[in-house]
Amino acid sequence: MGRIQTTFEKLRAQKKKALISYIMAGDPDLPTTEALISTIEQAGGDILELGVPFSDPLADGPAIQRASERALKSGTTLRKVMALVKRLRKEDSSIPIIVMTYYNIIFQYGLDRFSKDAISSGIDGVIIPDLPPEEASEFISQSRTSGLDTIFLLAPTSTEDRIKTIVSSATGFIYYVSMTGITGARLNNVLEIKGKVSEIRGYTDLPIAVGFGISREDEANKIAKWADGVIIGSTLVKLIEANRGKRLLLPRVTKFIRSMKEAVG
Amino acid sequence: MLPDSRGHFGIYGGKFVPETLMPALSELEEVYSKAKTDPAFKEEVEYYLKKYVGRPTPLYFAERLTKHLKGARIYLKREDLCHTGAHKINNTIGQAILTRRMGKHRVIAETGAGQHGVATATVAAMFGLECEIYMGTEDMARQSLNVFRMRLLGAKVTPVDNGSRTLKDAINEAMRDWTTHVRTTHYILGSVLGAHPYPMIIRDFQSVIGREAREQIVEAEGRLPDCLIACVGGGSNAIGLFYSFIGDSLVKMVGVEAGGLGIKTGKHAARFATGSVGIFQGTKTFLLQDKEGQIRVTHSVSAGLDYSAVGPEHSYYKDSKRIEYTSVTDKEALKAFSFLSEIEGIVPALESAHAIAYTMKLAPSLSKDRVIIVNLSGRGDKDVQHVAEILGSR
Repeated sequence: MGRIQTTFEKLRAQKKKALISYIMAGDPDLPTTEALISTIEQAGGDILELGVPFSDPLADGPAIQRASERALKSGTTLRKVMALVKRLRKEDSSIPIIVMTYYNIIFQYGLDRFSKDAISSGIDGVIIPDLPPEEASEFISQSRTSGLDTIFLLAPTSTEDRIKTIVSSATGFIYYVSMTGITGARLNNVLEIKGKVSEIRGYTDLPIAVGFGISREDEANKIAKWADGVIIGSTLVKLIEANRGKRLLLPRVTKFIRSMKEAVG
Repeated sequence: MLPDSRGHFGIYGGKFVPETLMPALSELEEVYSKAKTDPAFKEEVEYYLKKYVGRPTPLYFAERLTKHLKGARIYLKREDLCHTGAHKINNTIGQAILTRRMGKHRVIAETGAGQHGVATATVAAMFGLECEIYMGTEDMARQSLNVFRMRLLGAKVTPVDNGSRTLKDAINEAMRDWTTHVRTTHYILGSVLGAHPYPMIIRDFQSVIGREAREQIVEAEGRLPDCLIACVGGGSNAIGLFYSFIGDSLVKMVGVEAGGLGIKTGKHAARFATGSVGIFQGTKTFLLQDKEGQIRVTHSVSAGLDYSAVGPEHSYYKDSKRIEYTSVTDKEALKAFSFLSEIEGIVPALESAHAIAYTMKLAPSLSKDRVIIVNLSGRGDKDVQHVAEILGSR
């Protein structure tokens, strides 16, 4: 059983929900990322999503675009991100880590090499927002062989047929995109999420985590009542942006993760 | 028949977009496949192409150019005479009608040179659709006339000030808008790029160029041409001219990419010269990228060719060797821009000037009984100011 499944099962047994935190690797540099991951884990973050920068992040809003630019400037590559996770695992970090990046980055690395190297580095799963299951058969079969979880996105616009296709391709959990929009956009209709999450539950036993646009504790709290996990991305990335290079960065992130974890429950 | 049912041209093409957009692509595919077999749709498109765009465009024998080059007989397919000044409107008319069939009331588009933006703003005005155009700030500076034209046509022009501030960044921004407003908005993509069904739909709408040219050349010369030449940015004007001749193995086809400051300088947009296969903005195709898969910034004097990827169908024909690809430099294109203006009284778009520049190299090497058709994809009014600045600064 992988770290992601173990984490969700443990939380379920405790009647708790998962706080999934997204940060961009290499923003503003890789040593900071390493410190941030440990900080998030110690502050109570359950799962970590680690962005690998791409020059043209078309599913992302301005906050993550800027983070990508800073990460590219600091020379971040997929190879270096894997090495970083490997180091963390040697230091007994056990938080599940999911790499999130665009397909071309993984395609250029090589699909077969990627799933093997990711697993041996201690990466648990992958999210590729621009790779729908229809185009992912090779990626899925390589990942299954290596034991890497393939997490796919579902959206408010997903039809019944697509929900069926996607849940059958996914392992780890289902990432439900809270709204039609890009990361960091404003969430207007939290109630709409409830209906769609329960619709998806009709097709899968996998945990469902909700992300995109969740910035406040009350939103996280409400969504955690219906979902198994809440994903916090742009808000955390903005906090890192505002405090980068400052001594207060890690304490502020600790405080933020603690309060979000409390809200998620 | 290409593409296959999943939008693949051999190993190229496909659908690589976020899940939010996947249902919209399926809807577009469905509406298009119904429209394609509906005589009323065909009739409506033909009506507007004839009465509004001014088709058929002439196939003009460039006698002075031919005489000067002392080789093959050169015909120009005059897409520059289309309403709005370029071939782009062939596609926007079709997509605007599809927009109405989908019950959507808002259209968005990206633009590089501004021609596709103008063509979209134009049909939006004519069909009463709300319209927003995304354009890189770098391109807005070099195509300021087209920015004003779009605004005049009632479109909102939104500057894109991230990345390289050119076409690829405008596409990213348009995709973000589409993801947000997908339920009410249709994205009128301007070239044979992006996720399926776009490369197929846009090719089909642009293939009117080749269908006309085929009839016209048979009428003028009593036979098919020996060679077709077109510039290739995304590749819509090229595939538009070539598509009706793909099955005629004796007709040679050449796509001309932007060589920028020269291939060796790295400052160009010649994807087939130094690019490799990757996935970008919805499709698998040839790209300019580094070894990590980051998209490289391109350079061309021509905003419409200044793009890191090429349409997936072109990648397929590159592999199968059905189409030959080459490039000309900024300098050669600028020379052709002036030369065609002087010798034929036709000011070509800087994009089309790339096709003319290659013609000027090829024609003298062919005998006088050979026939070339060059796609003059757009007129150069939009470039006059930009060229004046470049030539003036030398």
